[in-house]
Amino acid sequence: MSCSKCQNSAVIALQHGGLCKNHFIDYFEEKVFKTINKYQLIGRNEKLCVAVSGGKDSLTVLYLTKKYLEKNNLPTNNLIALAVDEGIDNYREKTLVDLKKFCQEHAVPLTIVSFEQELGKTLDKAYPIINKDTNKRPCNVCGVWRRYLLNKHAKKLGADKVITGHNLDDEAQAIIMNMFKANTKLAGRLGPISGLEEHDLFVQRVKPLYFCAEKEVRLYALLQKFQIEFTECPYSKEGYRHHIQEMLNDFEQKYKGTKQGIVNSFLTMLPLLKDQENQTAETKIRSCSKCQEASNKDICNACVMKETIQNA
Amino acid sequence: MYIEIFNEREQRTLQIEFAGTSVKDLLTHLKLNPEAFLVVRNNEVITEEETLQDQDKIELLSVISGG
Repeated sequence: MSCSKCQNSAVIALQHGGLCKNHFIDYFEEKVFKTINKYQLIGRNEKLCVAVSGGKDSLTVLYLTKKYLEKNNLPTNNLIALAVDEGIDNYREKTLVDLKKFCQEHAVPLTIVSFEQELGKTLDKAYPIINKDTNKRPCNVCGVWRRYLLNKHAKKLGADKVITGHNLDDEAQAIIMNMFKANTKLAGRLGPISGLEEHDLFVQRVKPLYFCAEKEVRLYALLQKFQIEFTECPYSKEGYRHHIQEMLNDFEQKYKGTKQGIVNSFLTMLPLLKDQENQTAETKIRSCSKCQEASNKDICNACVMKETIQNA
Repeated sequence: MYIEIFNEREQRTLQIEFAGTSVKDLLTHLKLNPEAFLVVRNNEVITEEETLQDQDKIELLSVISGG
């Protein structure tokens, strides 16, 4: 297969034809920069905190955020990286090695916080205790604590925005998961800019890779020769998301454009979902009575889980 | 034809004999979804339509990683 723009060999077959290495890189970067501009994900003089793990998505978004700032003559010294070490044996320590090297090479200051340090236990140790009382899966526990620590430390570091590496596949999966579980409250918090409202306690999360398929992100990271060792979270197959991911990949293979279709349809409904949820008092962000961090209840979910562990 | 395959996800190399001609045939033969893999031959990423040759050495890189 040849590139639809030149005669070189294609590295990917897209809906509108194949692209060679150079044309794919241009196409991918343009798509990310257009997303940033269209949804105003980055403002002039904002302090930007990129949530990083050392995987393909976060290294790509970190690299392209810096490139966007340079291209638009915006200050790059406002760019920082923040990683959360969940404490998953034989997994996170490997990606953190690549991450430290990457941040050093690209001169981006990196802060690493850990579940163990902040919440008293690693995920490996905390999850069986919480699961016993609540039946929560590892991904539920990890998701709550990760978001909690990212918001807390991004705020502490003075960030105006948290930039995440969520891609098209992540978003399509989340939309379907919420739909299958009739969870319109959570659905209203999706989109290129996460959350329902702006609030002093909550640092807005933005997603420049929103329209990039996971396969495209992996290809971009590979072509840019980012040092990424293949790792897979040992808990990932236990989650509901994994089944949705397989289902959507099967559909995408049979019906090209399925994931994009899901996200595009969702975006037309998103303003309605946000309006509906903003009118509901119980979704208002307030201060957790235990830790004073952002919460939509009297005590935030992270503190509830922390108490479960302390009382065990 | 005979193809040598390194599967990144499983971290192992295997040699297979199969009757197809393209990368797509190979992935179908291995029961792998092309959405979840990138295929590399001689350090070049190739598409599903690419024709394979006898004794080709292929790397299957997992698109899905992390959590």
